[in-house]
Amino acid sequence: MKATLIVRRYDPESGKPPYDQTYTVAVGESEVVLDALIKIREEQDGSLALRCSCRSAICGSCAMNMNGHPGLACKTKVAALSPHGEPVQVGPGGNLPVIKDLVVDMGPFWSKVRQVTPWLRPGAPPPANEEYRVPNERMLDLSGMMACIMCGACVMACTVLEAEQGQGGKPDEGFLGPAALAKALRFVGDPRDGTSRERLEALMGGGGIWDCTHCFECVQRCPKGVAPMDRILELRRRAVDAGFTDHNGVRHAQAFVDSIRKHGQLDENYLARKSVTFGELFQMMPVALRMLLAGKMPPMFPHNLPGDSREDVKRIFEAMEEEKPA
Amino acid sequence: MRGSRLPPAGGVPRIAPLSGPADGRLAILQHDVLVIGAGLAGMRAAIEAQRNGADVAVISKVHPVRSHSNAAQGGINAALGRVEGDTWEVHAEDTVKGSDWLGDQDSIEIMARDAGENILELEHMGVVFNRDKDGRLAVRSFGGASKQRTFFVADFTGQAMLHVLYEQLLKSGVRIYEEWFVTSLIVENGTCGGVVALEIRTGRVEAIRAKAVILCVGGIGRVYEPSTNALICTGDGIAQAYRVGAPVMDMEMIQYHPTTLKSNGALITEGARGEGATLVNSKGERFLSNPRYGTTNKMELASRDVISRAEQIEINEGRGVDGCVLLDCRHLGEKLIREKLSQIREMGLDFANVDIVKAPIPIRPGMHYIMGGIKTDSEGQTKVPGLYAAGECACVSVHGANRLGANSLLDTIVFGRRSGAHAAKAAKGMSLPAVPETRADLDRKHIEELKARRGGEPSARIRLEMGRLMNDRVSVFRDKAGLEGALEKLRELKSRGKRISLTDRGTVFNTDLIFALELDFMLDVAETIVASALFRAESRGAHTRMDFPKRDDEKWLKHTLASWTPDGPKMDTLPVTITRWPPKERKY
Ligand SMILES: Cc1cc2nc3c(=O)[nH]c(=O)nc-3n(C[C@H](O)[C@H](O)[C@H](O)COP(=O)(O)OP(=O)(O)OC[C@H]3O[C@@H](n4cnc5c(N)ncnc54)[C@H](O)[C@@H]3O)c2cc1C
Ligand code: SF4
Ligand code: SF4
Ligand code: FES
Repeated sequence: MKATLIVRRYDPESGKPPYDQTYTVAVGESEVVLDALIKIREEQDGSLALRCSCRSAICGSCAMNMNGHPGLACKTKVAALSPHGEPVQVGPGGNLPVIKDLVVDMGPFWSKVRQVTPWLRPGAPPPANEEYRVPNERMLDLSGMMACIMCGACVMACTVLEAEQGQGGKPDEGFLGPAALAKALRFVGDPRDGTSRERLEALMGGGGIWDCTHCFECVQRCPKGVAPMDRILELRRRAVDAGFTDHNGVRHAQAFVDSIRKHGQLDENYLARKSVTFGELFQMMPVALRMLLAGKMPPMFPHNLPGDSREDVKRIFEAMEEEKPA
Repeated sequence: MRGSRLPPAGGVPRIAPLSGPADGRLAILQHDVLVIGAGLAGMRAAIEAQRNGADVAVISKVHPVRSHSNAAQGGINAALGRVEGDTWEVHAEDTVKGSDWLGDQDSIEIMARDAGENILELEHMGVVFNRDKDGRLAVRSFGGASKQRTFFVADFTGQAMLHVLYEQLLKSGVRIYEEWFVTSLIVENGTCGGVVALEIRTGRVEAIRAKAVILCVGGIGRVYEPSTNALICTGDGIAQAYRVGAPVMDMEMIQYHPTTLKSNGALITEGARGEGATLVNSKGERFLSNPRYGTTNKMELASRDVISRAEQIEINEGRGVDGCVLLDCRHLGEKLIREKLSQIREMGLDFANVDIVKAPIPIRPGMHYIMGGIKTDSEGQTKVPGLYAAGECACVSVHGANRLGANSLLDTIVFGRRSGAHAAKAAKGMSLPAVPETRADLDRKHIEELKARRGGEPSARIRLEMGRLMNDRVSVFRDKAGLEGALEKLRELKSRGKRISLTDRGTVFNTDLIFALELDFMLDVAETIVASALFRAESRGAHTRMDFPKRDDEKWLKHTLASWTPDGPKMDTLPVTITRWPPKERKY
């Protein structure tokens, strides 16, 4: 079949802004976007710059935007993006500076990975002449994170990073982002590492685990099933278990649960009161006023739930608490 | 709050700066030990050289974790006595037999002896090897091995190791020149004194001086089309070493892997057969039970060369399925496939539209690995003083005429480490070899000329012609006429290669330029492969000559050696080192 690719191009040496260029190539049914791009490069336009190497979703080179979403060009079938021959939009991944055409600067990505101290710090010298004894399940769990190929698709998709940069934040500052945090859990969860407390503590600050808004984008875009958001939630759970509770994020989560336990539903005002300190609450007043004027303020007192619903919710809580592992 | 993060234990890792000082010139770049390549061999070499007190830098044309070592799925061998009666001697003997007696037994002994310690060290560094029920390292079966001794991380062992070595590299603070392409080796007065390299992002070309250079540049797969290898496996460093006077050895020994996908040449790990998958032909027969193939005992777990030959015969004699035979995993069950073969299931779905849980998958032999390479001793030293090589680009030789699965990762770790240690020690108390200030200008001029040339062919066309030629004439079966024809054709491609021109004439991230430079190296590599294949007039391991179908120990229990001359490779032989395993008939 014939495929039309509209490729976002940029040549930093030309002095010109980015522009779109349309190419038409023949592609087979099971061929991927990378196959098409390579054909373009080899047969039509040798100046098209992109990174690629393994062609099998292992090296992590070829993450880019396709029809507006980041993914691996070597794992994304043309036919899936263009079932009826619609043009496919291809561009560099977001949230990272563009160097040329589809090539982005991964520098900020790696600088964030380096911030989680990405190497094992054993608590004690390793056993002599043998391996650490570790249950296979723990290793299988860690391989779920080691499966990350550092392609950056999750970072390109992350809505928090997008918002930060929209407000003028630099790509190597602010939220650590999904890949670096998933990497952090790879060490926090490694029974051989002796510093998981320090690691968790370091992630409590701004830009750490509490900055994620659970938008699911990274989970959806990750080509290797790493599910970074789930890893971030796991880090939060471990941080709370380790006693790191002095954070608005923790208070917010606690208030969320309390509200539902008490009222059987979410009382957003209660949530706000409990999530932040008094001073912060005071600072939020202008926002609250505007919300009130716009009719967006949640009711001061939650509505009553019909019938026994409240009791039902309580019972659910009781059942959950009984099942909770010690 | 950033300040509250942990300070890096090994000091802040240094990164190659994006741009030099304000005047646009870099400080003089120099190191004790410069490692080229950041795959497993390169990173292991760098870490060891630094441990031995050297100022070390690593240079790689791609980010370290993009290196091709990623692709290794199956595992890494070591006799840690996990199975009754397994010792390093048994591992060495298996390797000798696998090599069809062409491997040097002194080096094989070193590799097998050091294997256990190296695996444990990797585990201590953090590799998440699969465990058995007691929490100890688990092993799986692999081809050509008489005992189970392959350690693994699901089916992405190479990736898991590569990422952990990168963690250690960051910890070490070794300088990394990331996305710098080495264009040539600097050799003055017969000694290697560094490299000239192009920073891909800025286009600048600089000399980087060093007391010792270790080539860990990986394989040559792209000389063939198709190949299981990544697009970056172009053998640059092998050609560079060859050109400065380091001979290459056993280049005819090209491994065809028995299970590759037809669509894109991608590999299905031997681990699948290790877990029990079977090979069947179009009639549903497990053809390896046919006595003519010499595989009736080990069946699917015989050596790769033997199985690839059998498959090719099945296909040639009409018992194939659309140019393939079938790999059947169905009886392994979904649970085992999910836990141990998840990646290949994904690949089957992505690239062949087959779910291996539900259907057999068509596969065929495909170019995979080069046993030959830059000739080194067991410390990684080449013939050129100051120049070392380790990993797939080197030929120690531990793989001889056929590499056993899961021995290559071991080779990269063991000999990467040894060459790193040796180079660091040698660099101590040595001064930097003199390098003329204008040395980098040679490479700059070459690049400028290439950019200025108009009206020639694109490099891709020549590369594809070369690749198909090699896959036609220099594959599982070879003969004199085919090889001679190939040599002639290669000479034509070489002269056309001198006249190619580029579409991209820019300086920033010019991949068109990189491909042109790579093609030039690949053509030299291809020529040494064909010349060596023509020279070896016998059949041994992966090298089957239809016109000399038998192994000939009398004349050819020898390495082939190719040295650069202006008129093409000059061929020679070298004796094979036999310590305790004299040649025998090879049956599995
Ligand atoms: C699909 C597949 C599966 C495999 N499975 C296994 C297995 O299960 N077990 C096993 O033992 N082996 C396996 N192998 C073989 C094994 O993976 C490789 O032989 C080994 O990883 C090679 O490692 P290396 O460090 O020598 O080179 P590589 O990892 O290839 O690294 C080469 C490095 O050199 C750099 N480089 C090259 N040229 C230049 C240049 N001009 N300038 C700067 N840098 C340069 C590259 O950037 C790269 O960093 C497999 C191979 C393939 C293809
Ligand atoms: S879930 Fe969190 S980390 Fe993932 S993309 Fe959304 S905000 Fe970013
Ligand atoms: S978590 Fe997934 S998307 Fe993010 S870098 Fe790793 S593999 Fe890529
Ligand atoms: S080319 Fe390696 S991940 Fe796509």
